[in-house]
Amino acid sequence: MKRSWLIALLLVLGMAAPARAADTIKLGFNIPLTGDIPDVGESSKNAAEMLKKKINDAGGIEVGGKKYLVEFIYEDNESKAESALSAARKLITQDGVLGMVGPQSSKQAVPAGEAANDLKTPMMAPWSTNPNTTKNRPYVFRGCFLDTFQGPTAAKFANEEFKAKKAAVLYDIASDYPKGLAEDFKAAFEKINGPGSVVAFETFTTKDVDFSAQLTNIAKSGADVLFVPQYYNEVPLIVKQAKSLGFNKPVLGSDSWGSGDLMGLCGDDCKGYFFVTHYAAAGAKGKTKEFIDEYTKLYKKTPDDVAALTWDGANLMLDAVKTLPALTGDMPKDREALMKAMAGIKKFEGITGDMSYPPTGDHDPIKCAVVVKIDDAGKFAFYKSVCP
Amino acid sequence: MQNLLNALQWGSFYSLIALGYCLVYGVLLLINFAHGDIFMVGAYIAFYVCMLFLGKFGFIPGMPGWLVLALAVPLTMLLTAVVGVTLERVAYRPLRRKGVNRLYVVITALMCGLILENGNLALLGASRKSFPTLLPTKVFDVFGVTVTNIKLMVIGVAIFSFLLLHFIVTRTKIGMAMRAISYDRFAVPLMGIPADTVIVFTFVLGSGFAGLAGLFFAMTYPVIDPYMGALIGWKAFIAAVVGGIGSIAGAFAGGFLLGFVEIMVVAFFPSTFRDLIAFSILLLILSIRPTGLFGVARRTKI
Repeated sequence: MKRSWLIALLLVLGMAAPARAADTIKLGFNIPLTGDIPDVGESSKNAAEMLKKKINDAGGIEVGGKKYLVEFIYEDNESKAESALSAARKLITQDGVLGMVGPQSSKQAVPAGEAANDLKTPMMAPWSTNPNTTKNRPYVFRGCFLDTFQGPTAAKFANEEFKAKKAAVLYDIASDYPKGLAEDFKAAFEKINGPGSVVAFETFTTKDVDFSAQLTNIAKSGADVLFVPQYYNEVPLIVKQAKSLGFNKPVLGSDSWGSGDLMGLCGDDCKGYFFVTHYAAAGAKGKTKEFIDEYTKLYKKTPDDVAALTWDGANLMLDAVKTLPALTGDMPKDREALMKAMAGIKKFEGITGDMSYPPTGDHDPIKCAVVVKIDDAGKFAFYKSVCP
Repeated sequence: MQNLLNALQWGSFYSLIALGYCLVYGVLLLINFAHGDIFMVGAYIAFYVCMLFLGKFGFIPGMPGWLVLALAVPLTMLLTAVVGVTLERVAYRPLRRKGVNRLYVVITALMCGLILENGNLALLGASRKSFPTLLPTKVFDVFGVTVTNIKLMVIGVAIFSFLLLHFIVTRTKIGMAMRAISYDRFAVPLMGIPADTVIVFTFVLGSGFAGLAGLFFAMTYPVIDPYMGALIGWKAFIAAVVGGIGSIAGAFAGGFLLGFVEIMVVAFFPSTFRDLIAFSILLLILSIRPTGLFGVARRTKI
């Protein structure tokens, strides 16, 4: 009895696998649909679904004279490093995807990148800004600028805009992304204002909700600005507690502020603050505006940067697929060809700005950063563009 | 000085939750591991009660914040108590009737906690909710120390709850019955004391105060999510053990001690040392006094 089941299963699999591989191009999405930052996963999925519909409605994409429909597989990484790793393995070895988009935050993208590179599958990390994600991993691509660029941009902006001579930093030491960013900011700020100008460098651990001890130190340190490279779930708590402890100086954030429901959770307390990010929805033009309008119509909310970057990342990958001579159906061969095609892209015109990859070294794109101000209506308004 | 105040506020929450652990343990010798999640449910109930009275759902016109708070306190405590009693009815009582080993009841409690967490996740989704501002935060500056009205209120509520519970347990008839059950569970029904009623009352008290803690926690840290109760619940349990589980004064002191140690470690060391140093100190206290600060030795422990 048991054996006959097994045989039946094998038959089904044997029949199904080549049939599917021939007609569709499969991309895997390794995204946090539950866990600490579910809004990030939701935005990614929304953007991906919109892209899939657009492509498939137009009849799919053409590779080597043959039309293929695209198929997206969503795997939940629960916003955990271990789950991101198993999701990556599942997508690559079981689902047989041609390439993988995600994970979004660096905490998951760094370990998942290792798996993708080991299994020789192109991976696009649209939102991960930690350098380790792509470091010495030819198969891993990034869709946004690096922490090493974002930190100095924030430091430069704090110095020019607020005339800050002393800065404080509060970050989560147990998470790769805030930690890398905090250290880069510190190095850059001290380069401008001299050693010791970062007067408070305070830490906490993921899931903490009380920051009163750290913020007491920060308020006492006499800093002119507070840099908080945290996610939308922690920022409201930090900002509100800082105010209740008598800290009234400007607060500066990173691109992680822009995702999720920051304003819904933070309300009036976050208004007037600035953060460095990838794109600003208010004041967009051309292609970007088209994307924003369509997304808003479909999902009844303004796309955040994760949505825009996921759109760009998946699009870039599919653009590279189009340049392939043909899809052989032999996964290792196709994946290698796709990797080479992505690395060779001259200029990709994305909705978050133009992108290209440097001819040598890691696959980190060359693109600009945007500083956004949260205006009195709670909108993220474009303030300044900072290019490398 | 500022950090002392911060520690008092943070410790208040540990104390309020530890009180609930301690009540149930004191009476049933059951470690109610679902307690942290009852606290979480309390915060969610508080959220919906406040939204209702603020007129967000449209049934009733909006009311001023202070009135909403005044209504939310009893209502949240009541509804959370209902959740606690339901757990007792559905999960613990059948097991107790069958006279199974206490270990199984503890495991059931763990499961109940997970059910509450994941049930909440499934029903309300993983998105965080923003707790509405009921009272505008007022910041006072007293001799260089910043105090807010909410901070003072939280500390006040914790102290008041302790005094009230202490009064109930030591000075009232039902309190005496609770202590009697704790002393000898099998003799008590023979004396004509309705044991089940007393146990239900214990759950009402414990869960009610968890709901109160949830309400004030959400007011202080206005971002609530389904997993908020797990970690703080575990830590409050440890606080209760250090204070001497089963002793109300112990739970109260243990909560403040843990809050104090955590805040002070963070204030003077890198935050990564917090749990290491905090739990090392607690371990030290336990190894010197295994029954906790205020505990009395019992013959059987879990």
